[in-house]
Order: sequence, then C-alpha cells, then structure tokens
Amino acid sequence: MPKPAAIAGQIVLYGAFAAFIGYFSTAPTYKQIPDDVALIKLSMSHLGGRDCRKRTAEELSKLPPNMRAPLDCPRGRSDIKLVLELDGKSMFETVMHPTGLSRDGVSTVYKRFEVKAGTYQLAVKMNDNLVNPDFNFIKEAQVTLKPAQVLVVDFNPDKGGLFFQQSAANKL
Amino acid sequence: MSLHAVLRGNAQTLFDTIENRFDGYFGGADNPLRHLGALGLYFLWILVASGLYLYTVLDTSIDGVYRSIDYLSREQWYLGGVLRSLHRYAADAFVLVMLLHLLREWAHGRYYGFRLYSWITGVPLIWLAYISGIGGYWITWDRLAQFSAIATTELLDWLPIFSEPAARNFLAPDSINDRFFTVLVFIHIGVPLMLILGLWAHVNRISRVDYLPSRHLMLATLISFLALALLKPALSDAPADLALVPTGLRLDWFLLFIHPLTDLSSPAAVWGLIFGATLLLFALPFLPHPQAQPIAVVDAANCNGCARCHADCPYEAVTMALHPDKPGHQIAVVDADLCASCGICAGACPSSTPFRSQERLVTGIDMPQLPVDALRQQLEARLAQWGRPTPGKPRLVVFGCDQGADVRNLDGADTATLSLLCTGMLPPSFVEYALRSGADGVVVTGCREGGCDFRLGMQWTQERLVRSREPHLRSLVPLQRLQVVHASRSDGGLLAAAVDEFRNRLETPGPQSTRPPAFSRRKIHHA
Repeated sequence: MPKPAAIAGQIVLYGAFAAFIGYFSTAPTYKQIPDDVALIKLSMSHLGGRDCRKRTAEELSKLPPNMRAPLDCPRGRSDIKLVLELDGKSMFETVMHPTGLSRDGVSTVYKRFEVKAGTYQLAVKMNDNLVNPDFNFIKEAQVTLKPAQVLVVDFNPDKGGLFFQQSAANKL
Repeated sequence: MSLHAVLRGNAQTLFDTIENRFDGYFGGADNPLRHLGALGLYFLWILVASGLYLYTVLDTSIDGVYRSIDYLSREQWYLGGVLRSLHRYAADAFVLVMLLHLLREWAHGRYYGFRLYSWITGVPLIWLAYISGIGGYWITWDRLAQFSAIATTELLDWLPIFSEPAARNFLAPDSINDRFFTVLVFIHIGVPLMLILGLWAHVNRISRVDYLPSRHLMLATLISFLALALLKPALSDAPADLALVPTGLRLDWFLLFIHPLTDLSSPAAVWGLIFGATLLLFALPFLPHPQAQPIAVVDAANCNGCARCHADCPYEAVTMALHPDKPGHQIAVVDADLCASCGICAGACPSSTPFRSQERLVTGIDMPQLPVDALRQQLEARLAQWGRPTPGKPRLVVFGCDQGADVRNLDGADTATLSLLCTGMLPPSFVEYALRSGADGVVVTGCREGGCDFRLGMQWTQERLVRSREPHLRSLVPLQRLQVVHASRSDGGLLAAAVDEFRNRLETPGPQSTRPPAFSRRKIHHA
C-alpha cells in the first residue's frame, strides 16, 4: 500500500478507536428510574427478641454467685415480622430470619420500591418477638415524595425504633 | 463438526480478515490486533503512571474526595485533568484489548495443551481488571460513583457473604464516613498490584515476552488518548447525594455495563452469567479438542549442548542439563508440558544439516511427526523427479508452514513444495541444499509478521536467512535466489502471486544468475 494511503488509513483507524473509546466511556446515558418516580428503601438490621424466663429464687440460689442472672434466655433470636403499607394497602410483608448457625445474629432486610412521586400515607409495622402476636413497633406518616427522591425506612432503637428518613435536613 | 468448532472457525476467519486488512495500513509490527497483549500491558503502565499522580493529590475525606478530583479536572486541566482523562481512557482501552485478546486467543484455539497454563492464569485477571475498574469509579464520589457503589453492593448482597446488607452503607448521606475512601483507595491500589502479579504469572511460561508494543503503536495510542483528553476531558458528575436517585447517568459502558444488566434482569441472572462465563473459560481447555502432537525428542549422541534450541524455543520448553555420556558437556532437555511441538528447536540445531552423509539423518533435537531426515528424503525425492533443467524455466522449491498459506496448492512440475510444522523448523542449510541440488530458486513462506502461530518461528527464520542468527545461511548462497513471503492461512492468492513474480525474476538473466556450486550427497549406509 502506498505510504500516504497507509498513513491516512492509520489516522482514520486510530481516530475510530479514540471515538469508540470516547463515546462508550460516557454514552449512551442511563436512567435507572423514570423521571416521575421516587424510591422507598426499606432496610433494617435488628436483633429479634428472645423468649426469656425469670429464674426463681431457688434456681438463683443454686447458681454460683457470679452467674446469678435473673433471666434465663435462649441463645437463638426470634424471627421478625415486618409489614409495609402504602395508602392502607400492603406493599411488602416479610418474616426476617436471624443470621448465624445458631440463629443468634441480626435479622436484616433491604428492599427498594419504585413509586410515582406524590403524597402517600406510609405505614410500617414490626413485631420483633413472635411469641407476642401484635406488632410492637409501628410508624405511620404522610410523606411527600419528589421525583428521584429517596425515602429510607429504617430501625434504630436510639431513634425511637422505626423511622423514615428523606434527607438529613428533612427527617420525618 | 461441533457448534463450538464452527463458531471458533468463523471467529478465526473474521480475525484473520481484519488483521490482514490492518496489515496494509499498519504493517505486521505495528498492527494493534497482532499485539493486543502487549497493548494491554502498555495501557496498564499508563494507568499506573497517571494513577500515581492522582493518588498524590487525592483528599480522602468525604467532602475532599470530590473536591480534590474536580479541582484537578477544572483548575489544573493541563496536567491533573489530562492525567485523569488518560487514567479513564486507558482503563477503558485496557478492558477493550483484554476482551479482544481473550476472543482472539480462543478463536485461534490457543487455550489447551501447552497453552493451558497461560489460559487458566488469564481468567482471574478479568475479575481483577473489573474489580479495579469499578472500584476506581467510586473514588470520585459523584452521582455516577454513588450509582455504581449502590448497584454493586446490591448485587453483592445477593450472595450470602455478608451478615448485614452491604448496601446499607449507602442508605443515607450520613451512612458513610471518611474511612470509607481510605479503604477504597487501598483496594484500588491493592487489586491492580494483584493484577500485575497475575500478569507476571500469565506470561511466566513464555520466553521473550512482548512487554511493550512497538514505539509507533505506543505513540499512536498515547496521542489518541491525549486527543480524547483534550477534546472530551473526563469530568465528574454532580457530587453524590444519597438522598436522591442519580438520573441521566453518563455511564462508562466498558466497565459499568453490569449495572444496567442487573436492572434489566436480576442479580441472580447476572451472577449466573458471571460465574457461568468464568466456569466456561476454566472448563474450555478440558472440552474435546484436537489431539496433542508429539513433542520434540533429544538424541543424546547428536546433541552437542550448543543451547541454540534453548535460546530459540518460544515457550521455554528446552532447558540445558549435564550430558549423561559426555563429561563437561550439556544436553537439551524437553519439558513435555511446555513443548508446543512447533519444531523451531529442530531448525535451530546445527546438526540438522542435510549435507551430512549418513543415510539416516539423525539430529540433536527433532520432531517425531516430521523428522529432519524425512524432510531431506522428501526434498531429494522431489528434486530427483525434475530430471534435466530446461533453459528459461526456473524450478523452485517452496518451504511452507502448516499454520500459514497452504503451499501444497503450488505443487507442480517445476515447483516442489514442502510444508513444515512451522517455518521456524527449517534449518537454513536446506535452502543451500535445494539450490545446490538443482533448484533455481527457493521460496520460504510463513505467517505474516506478528502473526506466527508459534510466536517467533518466522522471526527466527528470517534472522537465520539474513545471517544475523545461528544457524545462519552460508554466504555462498546468493540471496537473489531466495524469496521470503509472509502469507497467513487466507493468503493463498498472495503467495501464488509472489511465487510467480519470483519465477519471472529468475527467468530474466541478471545478477541472480550466479548460483552456488552443485552438490551431490555422498551416501554412507551406516549411522
């Protein structure tokens, strides 16, 4: 091949290589969710309750003085029942199981829900000890979700149990 | 023929066609498709060099990490910005050439037998490259980093490896702390170091590794990246905000395609694809494939310990050991696991000369499937068929390669063809022998430059023929009577045209009319 043609060919091919790399390094753009959609993230990590029994005075007296714990608790933790409702309709319902071979670890959940932006009545109910039939944690509030906004549903005993978080400045 | 063989054959034809076209523009030495591995290594060094600078100016606090990188791109665009862009584009190009390299080696069937080790050690490198690349995107901590971090941890959470969902680390703006980026940078340096170590293992069993491509190729690709860096500099998106879902992402599809793929399918499907592809790559060498050829065999009595086979073997399959029968001498030893059965060692052996008078030519190192003795017998048989020469009708001997253009198609009344396992198997003395035994010209053909199936066969042959490598062609052979033609498997037409042109040149009286003295071998009927 004549040298000028080879050089021209090289310029075209190197240009095509650069254009290919340059284009696909940022394009086409990607949208994870539609424009008018917001996200509810339900995520929590919590130790389930234990079915403890109060030791009698006779039992305690038989124990060495340094081991006289008033409660006798099994190692395993209870499953946790969780319900998420949007405008009174059940959106998600699960029973979280404790982690660990002895079922003594935390129970966890992480779910994403895409919802149209708007105002909703959001409720989350949790029972962390299934020995009891009722939900012992309930959080309910009206929330307004803007497009692309993330609302986190989490649990933290230090924050009063279940809570909703839309942003650091807009806690519900 | 299996579906896999058909697919592989079609892929090989496609690669051959494109590579041959590219040869017209670049030439074999600068053809990027023939040097994908070396290009990958070169891009890695660009990544290391640019990454070192980026590391020195990176502030690993939550607020500082975005600010320090954005400052580089906008305020110090002439240095930091260019280096950041080089870092990104070299990473994308690395992934591209890595995948092309994988595809090309598969298409050429280079994944079993003596290449098993290189294939197997190459598979984990793909994982390391993607871990490095995806993790690197998180360091900028912009919207794209936020998206990738959440998408990756959500994908990881599908596997039962964490007691708590890893994605919880990115739930809300106050979920992460400064330590996160310190750990991230540590991983982003550590994993590429593992990648470099893995690359060392990957090329450990081959000799004379192309650690870098040609200067021309390095310069041209660097200019391409620099042009991209100036025309389309790598910039950060808006700062990460975990209270919002990033939208309209300018995704790097080379590295981050896995996230949209997960959204389109499911984490289970993506992990199935990843583990399935990895298992398939590991299993490929153990699927049915052509039977291995016999390996080189050393004849202790004829090995003088010169070590030329050791120097020329492209796969370090030949080592030297103490000779069992000759005190103070060495002997070649062939490692069966490494031997490619290419015969380059037989071509390098000084004992492989057809001028030896023994009835049965036994050389120091030889190929059982095509011994040098059989090669001499074939050549002599063809030369004997020619009879008396006809003036103006040159008679040619064509030495070819089983991996390149098929020379047997050229066989005719005035053309004798011999196909070798690799052109590198040809001892140069056979060229002289053919010319002194009645041939008017000799054509030596093999794969195109940079396309030798056994890496160095054609290169060594050329060097031997131009007398810059031992064993060399003797000076009494006029080079005008020798034609070297680079012709790959699909270049039958090109080879035929080159042979015709050579024949026409020989028909015209000129300086090439000089020829070495005639020779008739005295045959001794004992070893």
